Amino acid sequence: MAESGKIDPMHQFAIEPLFGTDHWSLGGFNIAFTNSALYMVLAAVVLWIFVIGGMKRELVPGRWQMAVEYMTGFIKNLLIANIGDKGRKYIPYVFSLFMFILLANLLGLLPLGLVGLHPFTFTSHFTATGVLAIMSFSIVLIVGFYKHGFHFFSLFVPHGTPIAMVVPLFFIELVSFMVRPFSLGLRLFVAMTAGHVLLKVLAGFVINSANASPALGLTVGTASFILMIGISALEMLVAVIQAYVFALLTSVYLNDAENLH
Amino acid sequence: MPQIAQIAETYSSQIFWLLLTFGLVFFVIGLGMVPKVQGTADARDAKISGDLDAAKAAFARADEAEADYRTRDAASRTAAQATLAKAKSEAAKASEIRLAAADAEVATKIAAAEARIKGASEAAMAEIETVAADAARDMVARISGVEASDDAARNAVKAALAHG
Repeated sequence: MAESGKIDPMHQFAIEPLFGTDHWSLGGFNIAFTNSALYMVLAAVVLWIFVIGGMKRELVPGRWQMAVEYMTGFIKNLLIANIGDKGRKYIPYVFSLFMFILLANLLGLLPLGLVGLHPFTFTSHFTATGVLAIMSFSIVLIVGFYKHGFHFFSLFVPHGTPIAMVVPLFFIELVSFMVRPFSLGLRLFVAMTAGHVLLKVLAGFVINSANASPALGLTVGTASFILMIGISALEMLVAVIQAYVFALLTSVYLNDAENLH
Repeated sequence: MPQIAQIAETYSSQIFWLLLTFGLVFFVIGLGMVPKVQGTADARDAKISGDLDAAKAAFARADEAEADYRTRDAASRTAAQATLAKAKSEAAKASEIRLAAADAEVATKIAAAEARIKGASEAAMAEIETVAADAARDMVARISGVEASDDAARNAVKAALAHG
């Protein structure tokens, strides 16, 4: 795509080591501090600052404390609605997951290009979303086998299945269960990548059409720019929804592990 | 697509930094701070529901006190009415007795007065008889010069008075 113009819509996803750390390694594996790692740290720091504001522990909360308590309450309600009262013990994990993904999505959307910086969305990399998905799936497996032992396999045979259907259904359910970590990780990665590519392609239209001729710039460029404004709003929505979907599906899967069917 | 093109040289760094940052987020924020925030919210919810329960209990107590007041009010009203009726009937009885006594006194006075009047009128009648008999004897003596006996005059007067 780079040949079609000066703007490569995929370049935003490129990972570059920062501060000359590209030779850092641990046990033979490269652990360079990249722009992706920088945004992970930023998301963690912003989340830390956000939650510190909720630590005043006042009986009558201020705005900031109210906002933090609203988020923890939101996750608590999500878990209680899906798992029941036993879901309370997953609040720390699901809250961390939801807020970390949400901040990663939103920080990646910041218009830092205006001041010459390159925002990066690490949730548009399946190496990152895959780790989060595998983490959630591992917790589901650990909780499921710890609580129910081999009885956990009854998850794959719904109640009231005719005897003849038990074996085929078991395999169908097993496949749909094993697909979960992939769908969980890929959904987030695809949604983030698609949105960012679309924004960059439209931005490329604005720049390339304006460079070609004023007439094209005023027609195609203006139309693309208006579309970009709408899609930017949509991307903010997608950023929230995808974080919510990740947390929601994690809690739905945890419900299977806690309560079976 | 850099996600795929760069995977070989970046996957270890991506996984390492993600585990490090998310691990810090989970252990420091998720386990260290979120339970405190949630605890504050839960304590507030508990306090609000406790206060509401206390208010409800106080409300029920107030209702109870009002019902109690109403029954006591009704009881004291009936008691007052009974006392009032009793006092009324007693007063009526007392006045009846006094009235009867006064009636009796008046009746005796009237009877005495009537007796006196009767006595006086009888005395007067007797006086009249005597005076009339004297007058009759006088008249007889003047007209006929016969001295009429006292008894005859008296009988004549009686007869005349009786025919009256």
